[in-house]
Amino acid sequence: MRFHFKTTYDQDIRLFPDRWTLSVYAVLLVLMLVMPWLINDFYLGEMTNVLIWAVAGLGLMMLTGQTGQVSLGHSAFMAMGAYLSVNFMAMGLPFLLSFALAGIVTGLIGAIIALPALKLHGVYLAIFTLALAILADDLIVILAPWTGGVGGYFAPPIYIAGVEVNRWVNPWAWYYLALGTVLVVTLLYQNLLRSPLGRAFAAVRDSEISAQAMGVDVARTKTIAFGISCAFAGLGGALMGLFAGAFNNETFNFLISIQLLMMIIIGGLGFVHGAFLGAVIVAFLPQFLSILTDTMGSSSIPGLEAGIFGAILIAFILFEPMGLYGRWLKVRTWLELFPFARRDMFKRQKSYLKTERLR
Amino acid sequence: MSLLELKNVTLKFGGVTAVNNLSLSVNEGEVFALVGPNGAGKSTVFNMISRFYRPFRGSITFDGQDLLKQKPHQVSSHGIARTFQNIELFERATVLQNLLVGRHRHRKTMLLEEILFIGRARAQERESRHAVEEVIDFLDLQPYRDKHIAGLPYGVRKVVELARALATRPRLLLLDEPASGLSVEETQDMRWWIEDIRRQMGCTVLMVEHDMGLVGKVSDRVLALADGAELAQGTPAEVQSHPAVIEAYLGTSAISKTANSQGERV
Repeated sequence: MRFHFKTTYDQDIRLFPDRWTLSVYAVLLVLMLVMPWLINDFYLGEMTNVLIWAVAGLGLMMLTGQTGQVSLGHSAFMAMGAYLSVNFMAMGLPFLLSFALAGIVTGLIGAIIALPALKLHGVYLAIFTLALAILADDLIVILAPWTGGVGGYFAPPIYIAGVEVNRWVNPWAWYYLALGTVLVVTLLYQNLLRSPLGRAFAAVRDSEISAQAMGVDVARTKTIAFGISCAFAGLGGALMGLFAGAFNNETFNFLISIQLLMMIIIGGLGFVHGAFLGAVIVAFLPQFLSILTDTMGSSSIPGLEAGIFGAILIAFILFEPMGLYGRWLKVRTWLELFPFARRDMFKRQKSYLKTERLR
Repeated sequence: MSLLELKNVTLKFGGVTAVNNLSLSVNEGEVFALVGPNGAGKSTVFNMISRFYRPFRGSITFDGQDLLKQKPHQVSSHGIARTFQNIELFERATVLQNLLVGRHRHRKTMLLEEILFIGRARAQERESRHAVEEVIDFLDLQPYRDKHIAGLPYGVRKVVELARALATRPRLLLLDEPASGLSVEETQDMRWWIEDIRRQMGCTVLMVEHDMGLVGKVSDRVLALADGAELAQGTPAEVQSHPAVIEAYLGTSAISKTANSQGERV
């Protein structure tokens, strides 16, 4: 077991609590950087897909995991990110600028859309945001001059510093683009978590009334959470649309939102790691299933993917509400304390004092 | 000098008058206790000061400023902190994170500084961390610093909530039943802490408490409430022996009995 002997407050502030953690993540980073030399182009493409899902997942994690506000409408914001980035590029802006702007503008619009949703809790907020996701489909068709309507858009070629980033020509470049985005988004996410705003998110999630008593402006905090969450989702959507090569009004349908929500629940609500673990599941499961059905000699079975997804989600909610990362935490604690770990260590103590409010 | 002043405050919930024409003033540096039977309106008074409820009539001023013009989240910026009767901690965060939320009212950084963690952000974190550490030292919470609230025993949660309120560096501390559910030893600790909070931090305390032992020991003045109206006000001893208070707690016949027994003794 590792003990942290703290001598400065900075040990609580810095990103990595000790040398060991720092070296683990350094090794992981090096591994990610040399990935193009380790695996073939097909799997590199799949890795890129995982990273793109992770960006969008971090967006929803910020809202649902940190702030406790559920959203089934993030596919709409992903679509917004995709269309905005293409439109900015069509205006002649360089790719990186249009990409960043797409995220920022999506965030601002997301914050504005959040305003009427501020008073909604739980299932009502879920329905409101689900309506957004379904509305997005029609809006994209209506706004044909900017979205290409039903015909959609072909992703324009991307140039970064004069180098074309093309999925088919140089998949490693796309991989690095996604990896870079993930790194930046994760860093911003971690910075928020260690600053007052991130703690205000957690405060709003756990008790709005005492958050207010501590001076947290609940409405404002929720709006900002929505904005940041939508900005990340917008970046994820922009990458997803461009990576797909072509997208139209049906690319970002509400099923994407549900997949995103499933992803963060399976990964572990409230953990940055959860977004990544969930992304691995969501991105690799379809491939895994098709490989499986292939080797079993049958052609693809319709509905198999959705069915398996549903079953996995139900299993997690029933048996491991803390998700994959939560399971890992338990395993790690068990190993660290071996043989002294107790079975009930992670059982949440129920407090019967608080009335169970259905909000 | 009176720090907090309630004047003719009335609050109705539908047909129920929760607080009826109540006036009270809390002086700077004193410990003021509100007592009364269940449903007397004590917590309602707290919730009006915290601005969760808006009084029907009357005024609430803090240090000369009209509190009724403030939004709930602005109250703490005046230096008013509170605890809750049914512990309202941030369950899925650690003790340290809970206390750091208490520093929220001292936040100076903008969103951009925090998300990039540049400029004042780091210095501010150190400062907050230091302020929180002082509170941890004061309330002996060192063993629980990195523990999640969800796994803590009730008595410790109670202390964490007090710590979170103190982390805001309040001028006025509202304690809603600080000793409810605590053991005798824990209540004793709470008593020392309340005295130290007043003496060392120069903080004014307004508390609701049922434990008359604790009230008698720490408070300078007591106000007894029943059905939302004032029954008696004065030193703990005066209020405890006030006939109207005995009546509210024990019923009318008790008064005649005490009167009789006193008469017999004489």
